[in-house]
Amino acid sequence: MSAFVELSAVTKRFGENVVLRSVDLAVGEHQVVCLIGASGSGKSTLLRCVNLLERIDEGTIVVDGEEVTNGKVDVNALRRKIGIVFQAFNLFPHMTVLQNVTLAPRKVSRLDRAQAEASARELLKRIGLLEKADEYPDRLSGGQQQRVAIARALAMHPKLMLLDEITSALDPQLVSEVLALVRSLIDDMGMTMIIATHEMSFAREIADKVCFLDAGVILEEGPPEQIFTAPEQERTRQFLARIIEAGRL
Amino acid sequence: MHAFHEVLKSFFSPQSFRASLPDVWAGFQVNLKMMVVAELLVLALALGIAIVRGLPGRAAAPFRGLAIVYTDVFRGTPLILVAFLVGFGLPGLQLQGVSTRSNFFYGVLALTLVYTAYVTEVYRAGIESVHGSQRMAARSLGLSYFQALRYVVIPQAVRRVIPPLLNDFIGLQKDTALVTVIGVTEVAAQAQDFSNKQYNFTAYVVAAVFFIFLTIPLARFTDHLIAVREARERAQAV
Repeated sequence: MSAFVELSAVTKRFGENVVLRSVDLAVGEHQVVCLIGASGSGKSTLLRCVNLLERIDEGTIVVDGEEVTNGKVDVNALRRKIGIVFQAFNLFPHMTVLQNVTLAPRKVSRLDRAQAEASARELLKRIGLLEKADEYPDRLSGGQQQRVAIARALAMHPKLMLLDEITSALDPQLVSEVLALVRSLIDDMGMTMIIATHEMSFAREIADKVCFLDAGVILEEGPPEQIFTAPEQERTRQFLARIIEAGRL
Repeated sequence: MHAFHEVLKSFFSPQSFRASLPDVWAGFQVNLKMMVVAELLVLALALGIAIVRGLPGRAAAPFRGLAIVYTDVFRGTPLILVAFLVGFGLPGLQLQGVSTRSNFFYGVLALTLVYTAYVTEVYRAGIESVHGSQRMAARSLGLSYFQALRYVVIPQAVRRVIPPLLNDFIGLQKDTALVTVIGVTEVAAQAQDFSNKQYNFTAYVVAAVFFIFLTIPLARFTDHLIAVREARERAQAV
C-alpha cells in the first residue's frame, strides 16, 4: 500500500537557516503520526510544508497520490483536502463561531448558506459547542476556541488533519477537552493525522508512529512503545529525560 | 470699550447674521454635497489602491510602483495647487469629457485625488495590522488570496481604521472650503461675497459655525469609537 502522505528528501531553508534537512516521512491512510522534539526542531515547518503554507527548497511531497511540490498543483484544491489547526487557534475574531465554521464551505465549496449552517451546527453539536454558535471567539475559553478551530477545519471534510501544537497555548485544565476531541476524530472517523505535540503521554496513547525531530532531521522513528521506552538515539534519550524531569511524561 | 464694540459689530453683527444666513447656508449645501461625493469616492478608490500596494509577487511590481507614486505625489502636493491644476488646467486642455465639466466636478476631483492618497495609507496601515496568521488560517482552509483579503483581512482592517479615517474626513470636510479658489460657489465664496458688499465679517463667522457644528459630532463619535475599542481591549487582556 502506498502512503497517503510521502515526504522524500525534503529540505527547507529560511535564508541561511536550514529548518528541514532531507526529511523522509511516510504516513499511511488512517495512520496517526506524532512529531516530537524541542521547539525549533522543525515540527511546525514540516506540517506547513505539507499543505504548502511553506514552499520547500528540495525534495518532493506526495499527498493522496499527487505530487504537490512540482508547482503545477492547484494549491487551493489541495488545501481543501488538508485541515490544519494552529497553536494560537487563529479563529477569525470578527466572525461568530458559526461564521468561522461556515466561511470555507460557503466561499470555497460554494454551499448555500442554509446547507453550510446546517452541517456546521451538526459539527458544533458533536463538539459540544452548539450553544456557542452565535458567540464571538473572544467570549470563549481557549479550549473552546481550539475546539471551534478543529470544527472549522473539519467542515471542509479533509482527508488529512495537521495539528500544530494545538494544546501548547492552553491552560493545563483546558488541554484534556481538546485532546478528547482529537481522540474521537481518530476513534470515530479514522482520520489520517500528523500531529506536532509536546503532550508525550497523548502521543504515546494515540500514535501509530512517533518521529523524533532534532535540528531539522527525523533522528528516530518507530512505534510509540519503542520510542518512549527504548529509544536508540542518545539525543532522543536526552530529550525524553528532560521531558520526564519536567513532569510531562 | 470702543474696540470691543467694533469687534462685535464686525464679526458678530445680528443684522448681518440674519442677512447673510440664507446665502451662506445655500453655499454650505454645496460643501455638503462635495464632501459626501468625495468621501464616497475616496473610501472606494483608496481601498483599491491600498490593495494594489499590498499585492505580492514580481508580476505586480509595476502596479505597486504606480500606487506608491500616486500616494507620494498627492500626499506631497498642497490641495490648493491640485485644485488649481485640476480646476484651471483641465479646462485649458480642451479635451472632450474632461474640459467641459462644472467647477463642482473639478472641486470634487481635486479633493478626491488628495484625500484618496491619505486614506490609502490609513487602509494600508490597517491591512498590515492584521496578523499574518489570520491570512494563513484563511488560506489553509482553501480560500484564495483575494477571498482571504475580502472575508478575513479587510473586514478586520476596516474596523481598526475607522477612527483615523473619520479624522481624515474631518479634514476633507473643512478643505471643501478651499476649492472656492477655482470658482465653486460654495460657502466661503458666499461669505466672501457678502462681506465684500457689507464691509462686515459676520458671514465668515456664520460659515465657520456651520463647519464646527458638522465637525463636533463627528469628532465626538470618533472619540467614542476609540473609547469602546480601548475598553474591549482591556477586557480581553484580563
